[in-house]
Amino acid sequence: MTVIDVKKDPEALRLAITAKFEAPPQRVWRIWADPRQLERWWGPPTYPATVVDHDLAPGGSVTYFMTGPEGDKHYGWWRVRSVDVPHRLEFEDGFADDSGRPNPDLPTTIVRVLLTADGETATVMTIESTFPSSEAMEQMVSMGMVEGMSEALGQIEALLAGAAV
Amino acid sequence: MVVDQGSAEHADRLFHALADATRREIVSLTLTGEHSVSDLARRFPMSFAAVQKHVAVLEGAGLVTKRRQGREQRVRGNADALREVHRLLDELAAVWRGRIERMAAILAAPDPADDKPADNERVDGREHAHDRDRREEGS
Repeated sequence: MTVIDVKKDPEALRLAITAKFEAPPQRVWRIWADPRQLERWWGPPTYPATVVDHDLAPGGSVTYFMTGPEGDKHYGWWRVRSVDVPHRLEFEDGFADDSGRPNPDLPTTIVRVLLTADGETATVMTIESTFPSSEAMEQMVSMGMVEGMSEALGQIEALLAGAAV
Repeated sequence: MVVDQGSAEHADRLFHALADATRREIVSLTLTGEHSVSDLARRFPMSFAAVQKHVAVLEGAGLVTKRRQGREQRVRGNADALREVHRLLDELAAVWRGRIERMAAILAAPDPADDKPADNERVDGREHAHDRDRREEGS
């Protein structure tokens, strides 16, 4: 099992997920730092990502789009806040309009990635995803739609519908 | 699939309600047992009216229910609503689990970014920008 811990903090609107990989931090770092590798895991097989710009330096940005089964394109961006190769990466993750420009009307999330060596050949990676506001909730829902999680979302809808009664 | 406005507004109320430390404490207190508003007011350094306001926000989000017993208002936490927030975070966790599984698959194979002499024999068939550069230099 790659994922070793999942911590939900509903009060802080934060999710922390920890995984262990059989590769040293320098190697794990490259799946973030190499755009060709990044696009192989960011989107699911049904919505593969294509990275357009990729500047993993403080103040730099990453832009990408995900292509759906109907050829539909969904643009997103990261704004890099801090980088400490190969241990730490922090970025703001947001949505963009159809031309790839960041959409200021949509909320963003803050993603923190921490890589810690576990012996010589393994890495423990923790990803913290924090929603700055309740609107980010809706973003999360639409993000799920982009990722083809309609089934899971159907369950959320049913849940919300039930709770609203 | 469209997420209807009502659902989004409800989620909005939930998160707003949980964004305050006093309200979170009221939820955790009332999940384990019913409390009157005046009892809650004694536990927090604030007025009865202020506590009552917090309870109203929580009630609006469906996180607590209130009932009148004699002259008292009794407050009880709604465990289902809290489970719902957890559920939503679970869905986000599912997105990251998928990504992490894909990362693990990539990491199990040799690093395609490794600059090796056998670079042009890459098995994934992908071409990197620096491959092109190199070719142009050579031509």
